[in-house]
Amino acid sequence: MPSSHPSSNTPPAARKGWRAAVAGIADSIEKPVEVLIRVCGWSSIFLVAAIFLFVLLGAMPVLPKIEWFGEHAFFTSTEWHAKDDHNPSYGVLGMIVGNFAVAAVAMLIAIPLGLAAAVYISEFAGSTTKEWLKIGIEVLAAIPSIVWGFIAVTIIGPMLQKYTGAQWGTNLLNGGIVLGLMSIPLIVSLAEDSLRAVPDSYREAAMALGANKWEVVRRVLFPAAKTGLVASCMLGVGRAIGETMAVLLATGNKNQIPDSLLDPVTTLTAAIASEMGDAVTGSDHMASLFTIGLLLLIITCAINLTANVFIRGHKKKGAA
Amino acid sequence: MEQAPSVDVRDFSLWYGNFQALLSVSAAFKPGIITGLIGPSGCGKTTLLRSFNRINERYGNVKTTGNITILGKNILDTDVSIASLRKRVGMVFQRPNPLPISIYENIVFGVKSHTPGRERKRSAMDQMVESALREVSLWDSVKDDLQRKATELTLEQQQKLCIARLLPLKPDIILMDEPCSALDANGIERIEELITELKSRFTIIMVTHNMAQARRASDECIFMLMGEIVEHCPTKEMFFNPKNEKTAMYIEGRYG
Ligand SMILES: Nc1ncnc2c1ncn2[C@@H]1O[C@H](COP(=O)(O)OP(=O)(O)OP(=O)(O)O)[C@@H](O)[C@H]1O
Ligand SMILES: [Mg+2]
Repeated sequence: MPSSHPSSNTPPAARKGWRAAVAGIADSIEKPVEVLIRVCGWSSIFLVAAIFLFVLLGAMPVLPKIEWFGEHAFFTSTEWHAKDDHNPSYGVLGMIVGNFAVAAVAMLIAIPLGLAAAVYISEFAGSTTKEWLKIGIEVLAAIPSIVWGFIAVTIIGPMLQKYTGAQWGTNLLNGGIVLGLMSIPLIVSLAEDSLRAVPDSYREAAMALGANKWEVVRRVLFPAAKTGLVASCMLGVGRAIGETMAVLLATGNKNQIPDSLLDPVTTLTAAIASEMGDAVTGSDHMASLFTIGLLLLIITCAINLTANVFIRGHKKKGAA
Repeated sequence: MEQAPSVDVRDFSLWYGNFQALLSVSAAFKPGIITGLIGPSGCGKTTLLRSFNRINERYGNVKTTGNITILGKNILDTDVSIASLRKRVGMVFQRPNPLPISIYENIVFGVKSHTPGRERKRSAMDQMVESALREVSLWDSVKDDLQRKATELTLEQQQKLCIARLLPLKPDIILMDEPCSALDANGIERIEELITELKSRFTIIMVTHNMAQARRASDECIFMLMGEIVEHCPTKEMFFNPKNEKTAMYIEGRYG
């Protein structure tokens, strides 16, 4: 009876030899596998470094030509005419302000709504409702950025014009609303995870002392899950700052410092995306877009690092 | 003269979904003594205990019939305030479960729930914390660092704290579900001592798996089996002269 399994029909001695061979192979590949695993482990660090280097190299040609601080400089001007070969100007102040303003509006919307939804899902909803809401949140998270852009332009924009009398429907508020809605799923799912991780015995302890459900949330779950909740909000901010497509469509893409919530603005990401198509490879224009990218990379890394340091700090304090 | 019972259970049945965990149970618990609840695993001790402060209701699938009268009021009536019920009926859990906040805040947690913000006085609360911690003889070891997180204490200290945090609410009844099962021999001894010191002022109902503990620490004992009360009598009587054959078998260690 033919069989592909050597162990099933080979004599015991041969079987032993086969086993030994396998063991030998296992021994001889153990080392390379270990190395491979280690490389995979470190690859995230390499990748980050490589990306930084890549962006930095891309920006390099124009870096000496940029005036950073001063009157009409990179960080102080809102004039961005990088395409102009003869008299270019590189001012990103409007993009930076726009970026943070949009993110701030987004978080004002997303943090309260996201945390409230997380509390509802983890503490108040019945088990069927909970399942459905979680599916809803996942679907919401899966909506492509560009679709949010459509919604911004065709639904939110006209509504803003109708109810606020804004001149343009695409503006800071619109961008904030869309980004807020986009960040909610991330905040909800991370916040819900950290609420769910709070041991049930804490809830029972508080309830047995006469606390109602709302008090349990406020006085027990929030303190107990604080680290995770803050981290979820910070990652929401990170998402809001790095988001591009929807923001490009929703904000009106105007490099200026907004006077009101209804002024069009732009962000670092939107500026890159909107000009990338016209930029000639190897030109100063392209390099200047990489410079914006570098700035963005530094900002988002800083936010993530802060979130991490915060979480670590808390873990240590908790363990002490 | 026989004292009026502080907890009086009449024909009380409880279902988890379709499963009936308590079958028409009746019992009267006297004030000033410790009543032990014993019986094999799964017989419904915890279920009965958790009915007295209605904390069982947090599982949505619980149905009950019958009466539980606590200090003259049927607590299963719809008009009962859960918050005030739980103020009068405190609970100590099997695993010490101090809240992950400071020692101080753990002790005043209940009081803060029951008094509106403007009526709270700092000095009164400080006083409460000190006397509660003194009563469980924890004051000397923690007084210098009341802001320390309560979850950092040793298990024995945590369980003492869990008892101490009931005291500011001035409960009449304290429910304990195997309060010593997470502790080592020394811890067990000291918690038992503490419970014995407290008993004259409260009605204490204590679930235990440990026959020796039931014998040492309880004044009356209730033996349960499969959701029913088999025997309820003074502890001495139960251990020296059980009336029911099943009780005798359990006490001799012939059930799980
Ligand atoms: N939330 C619940 N849902 C469904 N059934 C439950 C629930 N809690 C307990 N039961 C069941 O009710 C019965 C009594 O459980 P209970 O926890 O009261 O027993 P116990 O006497 O405290 O046992 P142990 O000594 O193991 O703590 C058991 O059969 C148990 O499986
Ligand atoms: Mg139990």
